[in-house]
Amino acid sequence: MTDEKSLVSGFDTSAAEPRLDEGGVLGSIGRTGASRRQFIKGVIASGAVVSSAGYVFGGLGGCSMEQPAGGAAAGGVERLISLMVNGETRRVDVLPFETLAMTLRYKLGLTGTKLGCDRAECGACTVLLDGVSTYSCSTLTHTVRNKAIRTVEGLEGPNGELHPVQQAMIDELGPQCGFCTPGQVMSAVGLLETNPNPTRDEVRHALSGNLCRCGAYDHYLNSVMRAARA
Amino acid sequence: MAYELIGKNFTPPDVRAKVTGRAKYSEDIRAEGMVFARFLTSPIPHGRINSIDATEALASEGVIGILTADDEGAESLLTNEPKYVGDLILALAAVDETTAEDAIEKIVLDIEPLEYTVDPLESLYPGGPNALADGVNTGGGRTGLELRRVKWTARDFAVVEEGQLPFGEAAWEWAFGDVEAGLAEADLVIDESFVSQGNSHHSMEPRTTMAYWENGKCIVHSGCQSLTAALPSLARQCGVELADLVYINEYCGGGFGSKGTVSQTAGIAARLSRKINRPVMLRVSRHEEFYIGSARGTLQGRVRMGFRADGKVTAIDFSVVQDGGANGGFQDAGDAAAALSIIYQPTAMRYRGIPVVTNTTPRGPQRGPGQNQIASAVEPLIDSAARKLGLDPLEIRKINAVDNDGKVGGNQIPVTSAYMSNALDRGAELFDWEQKRQRSGDRNGSKVYGVGVGQAYHDCGRTGYDGLLVLTPDGKLHLHSGVGNLGTYSYVSTTRPAAEILKCDWGSCVVHQGTNTRHLPSASTQTGSNTSWTMTRTNYVAAMDALGKLKEIAAMDLGGAPEDYDIGDHKVFSKENPEQSLTYAEAAQRAIELGGKFSGEEPPEEIHEITKLAVAGIAGTGLVGVAKDTLRMDGDVPALACGFAGVEVDLETGEVELLDYVAVADCGTVLHPQGLGQQLKGATVWGIGMALYERQIYDPQNGLPGNIGFEQCKPATYLDVPSTMQWSAVDIADPQNPVGSRGIGEPPMGAAAAAIVCAISDALDGHVFKRTPIVPDMIINHIAGREQSNQPLQIHTA
Repeated sequence: MTDEKSLVSGFDTSAAEPRLDEGGVLGSIGRTGASRRQFIKGVIASGAVVSSAGYVFGGLGGCSMEQPAGGAAAGGVERLISLMVNGETRRVDVLPFETLAMTLRYKLGLTGTKLGCDRAECGACTVLLDGVSTYSCSTLTHTVRNKAIRTVEGLEGPNGELHPVQQAMIDELGPQCGFCTPGQVMSAVGLLETNPNPTRDEVRHALSGNLCRCGAYDHYLNSVMRAARA
Repeated sequence: MAYELIGKNFTPPDVRAKVTGRAKYSEDIRAEGMVFARFLTSPIPHGRINSIDATEALASEGVIGILTADDEGAESLLTNEPKYVGDLILALAAVDETTAEDAIEKIVLDIEPLEYTVDPLESLYPGGPNALADGVNTGGGRTGLELRRVKWTARDFAVVEEGQLPFGEAAWEWAFGDVEAGLAEADLVIDESFVSQGNSHHSMEPRTTMAYWENGKCIVHSGCQSLTAALPSLARQCGVELADLVYINEYCGGGFGSKGTVSQTAGIAARLSRKINRPVMLRVSRHEEFYIGSARGTLQGRVRMGFRADGKVTAIDFSVVQDGGANGGFQDAGDAAAALSIIYQPTAMRYRGIPVVTNTTPRGPQRGPGQNQIASAVEPLIDSAARKLGLDPLEIRKINAVDNDGKVGGNQIPVTSAYMSNALDRGAELFDWEQKRQRSGDRNGSKVYGVGVGQAYHDCGRTGYDGLLVLTPDGKLHLHSGVGNLGTYSYVSTTRPAAEILKCDWGSCVVHQGTNTRHLPSASTQTGSNTSWTMTRTNYVAAMDALGKLKEIAAMDLGGAPEDYDIGDHKVFSKENPEQSLTYAEAAQRAIELGGKFSGEEPPEEIHEITKLAVAGIAGTGLVGVAKDTLRMDGDVPALACGFAGVEVDLETGEVELLDYVAVADCGTVLHPQGLGQQLKGATVWGIGMALYERQIYDPQNGLPGNIGFEQCKPATYLDVPSTMQWSAVDIADPQNPVGSRGIGEPPMGAAAAAIVCAISDALDGHVFKRTPIVPDMIINHIAGREQSNQPLQIHTA
């Protein structure tokens, strides 16, 4: 695990630690004007391009004109952490209550991971954590700092060649509306990495946490079976 | 007829983006300075808002602005008279969602509760509660009826004691033939009341919208089934002229009828954005999607049907009450009646219906609205009749099956073509009906086997829309598709006839869709299974226009008359001397030089204003083919499907497992086999949900919804559908479509629901529950000989 401080020269991470001081979760520290400077320093130092940061859970000064107290006051302050996403180290400020889906979508620009329900019912947000398919809408980002995170954006080869599951889903016309597709793809990849030659019934069970309202199940199953043969 | 493209599979241009996650849905869009809006929704089923005190909320740090029904243009988007739990009262924007939600909690609503009802029959009863202020309880929505109050008499309700649907004054009615005589001469009359419970659309992508303004133009990202058809109402929602609207809708994460036009969230986001001068992301949660994402209308119906001894239906008397939800609902009742008239071809029929407003979620068209409910309700009654008459379920359907002489509805409109009997034969063969029927009632431990066959219909044809294409000097054929991208790939498959006519390699074709800035022609809404029929026609007429222009240019440049020329290999050439030719690229360049009608500088008068805007956008870029569909359309265009189901019913748990399923379409010429297979199987999954799982539950005492979200009312999953499903199509061309195609998306659902309900009945010695969905406790109560926990006509039940 990389030590954040060593990467971010001059960045006072202590100010970004969740702090249960006399003022409650936030106290008087909050996201002050200093955060903008700290954010920019952090980005420069780590080399990370943090897109759309601060959109959902309050405030990074780099992107919000206003400096809200609300987001931070509601549940603590952001902390700069390192995530291993699709084989790259990504530096990102994360609130204590922030879900991985939100971090991926709104801070790392990885919008292939979809939010269908945001409550662990549909599977559109499925990613792989150390190879295990997981609902990212119901996973706190702080809990995955030591895990390898794979999203649908991380499946293609260096020259854009598709993962066999993706290619099979094109060949079998797996998707209909496509909204659940990234989640279906990730569950299928997770399965095939542990069980390269599944039976059709094993595929059904492995993907059963991924709803498809279009009802494209048969086409998705055909796709995964084709990918397994590839 | 042998085609190069029609009837062949292809890789849709958007599918790669779907499997790589690059497909951008509305919530994937970002804009500089974007802020977040959240809703304040109604906590009660009906009320009047006397005041909204947002002082403290607006003073909170990070809060930017608020939009209520009192803002200009927002009165039809938000409400001061919330009519159901979850109705949209206001939207508040802040720098982030948490700040917005915190601020909304500080808003003080002075809301006066009003009377409410979640039960149409309760509302129709003398003195019963009314869902709307001023005592109104029927009309509105998309019923086509005026808002008014209707009460039946207590005497009308007397038949409730017999478990039958009461009926008084109708809001809709039609009849043909002598119904009473038809029933009197029948050898068998069945008379049954039933309930088909409504359910949420639950599109996977909630109707999230991102909107902003730039240089006086309103830019809207919002998923919708349709595209150009949605522009006029979207412009009104946003308060802009069509020319100032940029609508981006490349992907729509499911609609199923609930996103036929752009949701009200678009207007709310756009107007809030204009008010606060910031881009607004209005993220709709799963809860909110349940509230505002539309639902199927519940039907409480009664059918009296007469049969001859050979199974032929003589007459039908159909009455139905439709729960219209808080908005008044759609026209499910009439569509159900039309479906009965075409599927059973009675010689006489009477239909009476009434929609009733209730304080439940708004109801809209959902995949086969009316037609699919009635399929699952009446097909098992046909099996009851078959049992009494000693007929096979397949035979009684075949004797009534609609063919080319078929008629539909109160006006007995002829069909353009119909081959239901062929579809039934094909399905029976694939399913091995004879063999499997021998296994009816077989026991496997606590499980009993049963088989069923179901049929359904939807009207699927429209006319009068425009086609638009351009041949450009690089030799490409640009096909401009004005429909949406709801997941059927028909935005592509319906353009392929144009390439077919112009004999273009598919590799040299480019399909344009997804935003009106790509210059898209007027198209129908992508609803009602109509795209295949309607938009193949527009592409055909545009291609024929281009073909004529190619020949005209060749005649001008190479001599002779246009009819002396033919096309092939991307050239227009002299029939006498094929060496005398122009390539399409050369002809496109000549069209630009000639201008006028050839390059779109002078579009035809009769095309729609939207198409004229699109033509203006591409004028001068090549040879423009543009035309309005005025082809012959006499009669009703039927989408027809049947399904065969084999189930096991577990007598101990009440669980039903669908073991085998075969779906067959009668949809004319097959355009795109893979896409058709998807529609048949996807609709079947919906049918499984209708038969076994999906319904809205409401607490009658407090008007509260009981099953919001996927978990409490899950659609069918991988484990609820057979591991493999078979499908086939009759594949006989319709004479009134230039490539023989009709639509299909909706009826395979009703056919599947009906087949499953019939199969359950078959497994249970012919017992008909007269209610969908059939949930396990209904089966267990039946097996145990106990009374059902629901009253016969009760709705919104668990």
